[in-house]
Amino acid sequence: MIGTKETEQLIETLSSYSKERKNLVPLLQEVQAKLGYLATEAMREIASFLAIPEVEVYGVATFYNQFRFVPLGKHHARVCMGTACHLARGKLILEALERELGIKVGETSEDGGFSLERVACVGCCMLAPVMIIGDEIHPKMTPFKVEEDLIPYKQEFQEESSSEEQAGEH
Amino acid sequence: MTFQKIQNQAKSEWETLQNNTYILIGTATCGKAAGALATLEALEKELSRQNVDAKIIQVGCMGLCYAEPLVTISKPDSFRVVYHNVTPELVPRLIEGYIMGDDPCLELALGTLEGGEEEAPYIPELSRFEHELRLVLHRCGYIDPANINHYIANGGYSSLGKALKMQPEEIIEKVKNSGLRGRGGAGFPTGQKWEFCHKAEGEPKYVVCNADEGDPGAFMDRVVLESDPQQVIEGMIIGGYAVSARQGYIYVRAEYPLAIERLEIALKQAEELGLLGDNIFGSGFSFHIELAMGAGAFVSGEETALMAAVEGEMSTPRPRPPYPAQAGLWGKPTLLNNVKTFANIPLIIERGADWFSSIGTEGSKGTAVFTLAGKVNNAGLAEVPMGKTLRELLYDIAGGIPKGKSFKAVQIGGPSGGCLPESLLDTPLDYDSLREAGSMLGSGGMIAMDEDNCMVDVARFFLDFTTKESCGKCTPCRLGTLQMLHILEDITVGKAEAKDLDLLIELAEDVKAGSLCALGGTAPNPVLTTMKYFRGEYEAHILEKRCPAKVCPELTAYYILPDKCERSCEHCVLTCPTEAVKGEKGEIKVIDQEKCVNCGTCMDVCPPEYNAVIKLSPITQLPPEDLAAKERGIAQQVA
Repeated sequence: MIGTKETEQLIETLSSYSKERKNLVPLLQEVQAKLGYLATEAMREIASFLAIPEVEVYGVATFYNQFRFVPLGKHHARVCMGTACHLARGKLILEALERELGIKVGETSEDGGFSLERVACVGCCMLAPVMIIGDEIHPKMTPFKVEEDLIPYKQEFQEESSSEEQAGEH
Repeated sequence: MTFQKIQNQAKSEWETLQNNTYILIGTATCGKAAGALATLEALEKELSRQNVDAKIIQVGCMGLCYAEPLVTISKPDSFRVVYHNVTPELVPRLIEGYIMGDDPCLELALGTLEGGEEEAPYIPELSRFEHELRLVLHRCGYIDPANINHYIANGGYSSLGKALKMQPEEIIEKVKNSGLRGRGGAGFPTGQKWEFCHKAEGEPKYVVCNADEGDPGAFMDRVVLESDPQQVIEGMIIGGYAVSARQGYIYVRAEYPLAIERLEIALKQAEELGLLGDNIFGSGFSFHIELAMGAGAFVSGEETALMAAVEGEMSTPRPRPPYPAQAGLWGKPTLLNNVKTFANIPLIIERGADWFSSIGTEGSKGTAVFTLAGKVNNAGLAEVPMGKTLRELLYDIAGGIPKGKSFKAVQIGGPSGGCLPESLLDTPLDYDSLREAGSMLGSGGMIAMDEDNCMVDVARFFLDFTTKESCGKCTPCRLGTLQMLHILEDITVGKAEAKDLDLLIELAEDVKAGSLCALGGTAPNPVLTTMKYFRGEYEAHILEKRCPAKVCPELTAYYILPDKCERSCEHCVLTCPTEAVKGEKGEIKVIDQEKCVNCGTCMDVCPPEYNAVIKLSPITQLPPEDLAAKERGIAQQVA
């Protein structure tokens, strides 16, 4: 379920578009950019705004790779699976992340700390294999480097969640 | 404002810049990935710390990705120097040396942009540039992509002025005579496409630029859009005028945020100067361009699927004819070309059809832009006249295969292309020669492979990609490619039989013949070419359960040679990500085959003087207990 703040954001987004069918994908993109994912309620609202069947919105949303239906983790990790990264053993990087984060591709960890996705080529082929965490590109990865590179992100998340917990106790 | 005035203004801005000291830093996606932003920050800090006044300009990519981050220092009274691999630590040295002083720091330089220095090479004379001819890329990395005046001062938009004084038919004739063919891969003659659209009945007409560069391993369109976007916009406006369209769309993938940002700026600046919009140059011709963002679907690169995507539908292709030139966007005549096709148009208008058609081969005119990646020393971008050979590209431009390994194959054109072996290295790079060899020019993405790459694994990789990206509309592509993938998977894990190879070829031919669009129609190419040129590797997997390149994990095992292990070193134990390497200090290290995930870390870290880790294939070469453990490990993974 999305909260009141998200609903407001959604209404604001919708009001900046005209009710044309060609705006469906841009709307889905902007809503996802704001909410972090496509909540069911959001897709329903878009359907009624454009006066098209809900199933069409869902059909288009599930067709494209860009759209997600679960919230992302605080740190979103992507592993490039382009040709150059594949040849440079990119699959091992993906497996290493799955092991280290305890989640499978497409999942978000239970504590909301990390999510993991595979992407098809980010165009940094000379730095293969690469992983991207947030906006940061990590070049020339090895399974060992995955462990090392994750440490600061894990620490940051732990510190944040413990300070949030403390704030909650007060 | 007349164009003359706009041009004068731009030229005077450019001249003022040349009369001052300034710094160029490449911050296209590849530069950023290599750490250009940290270098940029260091430059800004150091300039302000030293209280030096020098402008920093963020530029696109020169195509020398292996040397990023690249920094160029330009001084009015001296030669320009390009520095490579500039880390933040080198910044103070450069600023004190060449900006504040007269020491050009040539030991850190890739070369100079003006000749005459003995210590550093003159960049245009670097051996790779002898083979290159940069037309579409010639401004990339030298001008500010976010400043339209840089483009105009360097020849931009004068072709539009010329074109608007011509009749549309004259422009089309010129494009036809130039021999330009579509740069998206299929190579349809551009002038003919323009003529169809010009003659087609129906209003309004549209122009669409296909910037949905989806081939993994191809990034030249991204580089063009990030480094010099105005040339594409200029080409589109000329196209709009030639076919009498008033509205254009650029369909660009959402995975390219920087390209999108620079396009947005470029469009806004062109509108502000009246080069785009209503009544351009007082000609009465109006043209507008909107961006449409792709949402991540490889099939959207197919022209009919792309138009469905712009309309907000699921991006699935439809049968042709009718072609987009007759019935495209919203059923109206639509001129659809690739980024580089449009980028070539201003050049053809400016320098003429004869000049353009004098470059290249009989059937393929002009230049081709390639991305070179994989197992090459100097990865990056190259623009060469059509007809250069694969060998020239791989060895003279990309610097050959690293680490003394031997070349095995080069993959051209992504999932639609094929893998070509050593014996075909002298194939000229043009549309027709490559098609004959079973590959295609496609997007121009080129990935080199060496002895450590398994060709069956490569075919499986591409099929895995196509099955994921198949839109599902037609059966041969949706199910055919999946069945092919299953066979390939069986081969890589050693479960296939000899007769499966015939079935694979049969399926490949069917998928090729029966698919609705080029995605399915070309998907079997990686399989067919690897089977044609590397059949021995397939047979080794099937008959001997052996992966010759020692890649496929089910057929390969890592093993520590007991008599070579140094015992007191623990590199392998400490770095193994699954704690599969056992052995106390002073003991011989042993790999627990059940836990091993074949990542090769132990082999990478084992000091070269010991070289104790080897790869074995078939796995029956392991001692019996290890083999049993390996088999348990494989069984667990399958479960």
